[in-house]
Amino acid sequence: MATLLAPRRIRKVVNYLRYYWSLYLMLLLPLLYFAIFRYIPMSYILIAFKKYSLFQSVWEMPWADHWGFEYFVRAFSNRDFLNALRNTLMLNFLDLLVGFPAPILFALLLNELPFMRFKRFTQTVTYMPHFLSWVIIAGLAVQVFAPQTGLVNIALRRMGFDPIPFLTEPGWWVATYVFLGVWKSLGWNSIIYLAALTGINPELYEAAEIDGANRWQKIRYVTIPGIRPTIITLLILNLGQILSSDFDRPYALSNALVYDVSNVLATYVYTYGIRGLQFSLTTAVGLFQSVVCVIFLFAANALAKRYGERGVW
Amino acid sequence: MASHVEVRELTPTTRKVKSRGTRIGDFVIALICLLIVLACLLPMLHVLARSLSSADALIRGRVSLWPVGFNLQAYQLVLSDAKYTWSLVWTIILTAIYTGVAMTMTILCAYPLTYDKLVGRRLINALILFTMYFNAGTIPMYLLLKDLGLLNKPAVLVIPNALSVFNMIIMRSFFYTIPASLRESAEIDGASPFQILVRIYLPLSKPVLATLALFYAVARWNGYSDALMFMNNRTYHPIQLLLFNILNAVTSIEVATQEGFVTPGMSETLKAATVMFATVPILLVYPWLQKYFITGATLGAIKE
Repeated sequence: MATLLAPRRIRKVVNYLRYYWSLYLMLLLPLLYFAIFRYIPMSYILIAFKKYSLFQSVWEMPWADHWGFEYFVRAFSNRDFLNALRNTLMLNFLDLLVGFPAPILFALLLNELPFMRFKRFTQTVTYMPHFLSWVIIAGLAVQVFAPQTGLVNIALRRMGFDPIPFLTEPGWWVATYVFLGVWKSLGWNSIIYLAALTGINPELYEAAEIDGANRWQKIRYVTIPGIRPTIITLLILNLGQILSSDFDRPYALSNALVYDVSNVLATYVYTYGIRGLQFSLTTAVGLFQSVVCVIFLFAANALAKRYGERGVW
Repeated sequence: MASHVEVRELTPTTRKVKSRGTRIGDFVIALICLLIVLACLLPMLHVLARSLSSADALIRGRVSLWPVGFNLQAYQLVLSDAKYTWSLVWTIILTAIYTGVAMTMTILCAYPLTYDKLVGRRLINALILFTMYFNAGTIPMYLLLKDLGLLNKPAVLVIPNALSVFNMIIMRSFFYTIPASLRESAEIDGASPFQILVRIYLPLSKPVLATLALFYAVARWNGYSDALMFMNNRTYHPIQLLLFNILNAVTSIEVATQEGFVTPGMSETLKAATVMFATVPILLVYPWLQKYFITGATLGAIKE
């Protein structure tokens, strides 16, 4: 205490504050933002363990049954929730299986393309869908895949095939959902790999050529090892999000006929919570999802480090 | 930074020794790229053709890539409907306000955190990063906004997402690349931290400021879920939500009666025109701004 109040110490603090006080002033608004919109909502998580009441504060509400875990028990015996959980995992897994390697392959393809002007044109065009909203993409998809009048089915009919119900039959809907994800992000997600490719030492390619390597061998032994760290880092980030659930995409693409496969956790929370007013149940679902996401992210990161990769942090 | 991420240019020497097999390979690769380009462009062309065709030709499935029975009726209806034009104007206003607010917040958050001397910097960093990995969820946010009285107020479309941690980290990483000696010499000359920010840091960060502003603007322009959840007042629905509601009206008959048309096919051309109406603004600005977007995509790769 004595040292804390020593005059030299006080003078130091005063000098520090006299110059740097404005930094704290600048941080005031951002910190208030994080406190109000990111940390205070965390106190509302308590609702997951309490019986929600419109007329009481979070603290006054009575605890839920089963030592507070009533709503978790209820969620896991709710058919729609289990369906949403399954769909979330299924759609995310398919995205990972198809949507993750696609931009890598596309970057490798662009890297091998020798026509510079055409390459630039390809890049410009394929980056564009990234900037369209899911509502617009859904609007485009509904029309392009329309059973009678859409471009794709017109083409199929001319080739003598039956029309395909891309957006109204559950199996086809899943395929279309995954395809549209690739369509939107193929070009944009390839940028990061293209950037990694520029970091590869050109001498490696020259050495490979002297050794008589052909195109495939150069890709296999020079290019892919060169972008491996980038691939691993992004794979971790994606694995960590296997239970995360985007709202915009499934909600914009869904319709009543495919509810059984388009119902995911985010849309479930919206339908049961904001529209169905079951706040305790849906807060419990949200908490379950957040916690599992964090666990997955840490696990994926630890796994990567164990196998000698850099990890995300 | 160049507008495109340049990949290793082939040198003339490698070009000379190319075998026939390699050249065939080049053309196969170019062909695949061409197919991907077509997959990106043809859907737009098809919907454009639908919007310009007659309702009759459309429902008979005769419209593929070129308008059949060319007419501008659908666009006349869209452009004469105050609902559409107002939502376009409102979304532009909203995007401008949101981008301004979010950029201010991002700069105010990123700049002080670049000072090594700032007491409490590590704690603040940790608290901010934590929110990136763990969030409370939709319902707690909804209940908070309800308790704050922000539900159905225009501000609900700006404030709850006024700062993106991801963008803040990009901003901060860029500030770090500005040499500390610049700041130190300004400090010796008696400049305050705020003056240093405005006179040195911001002018040197123009490209990244443009990129982040665009990221925020695109996010706001394309967003509809926050309005769907937190905004019941149709006047303040952004254009994407209006489009969503029109596209998802249960049957085309419903749209037709709602919009006051008798022919059911008309609602199909109208849907096409509505999609184009919401897409064209993006397509108009995209070619001019793409270099900033691409700078941003690679900036995002900068790690902590």
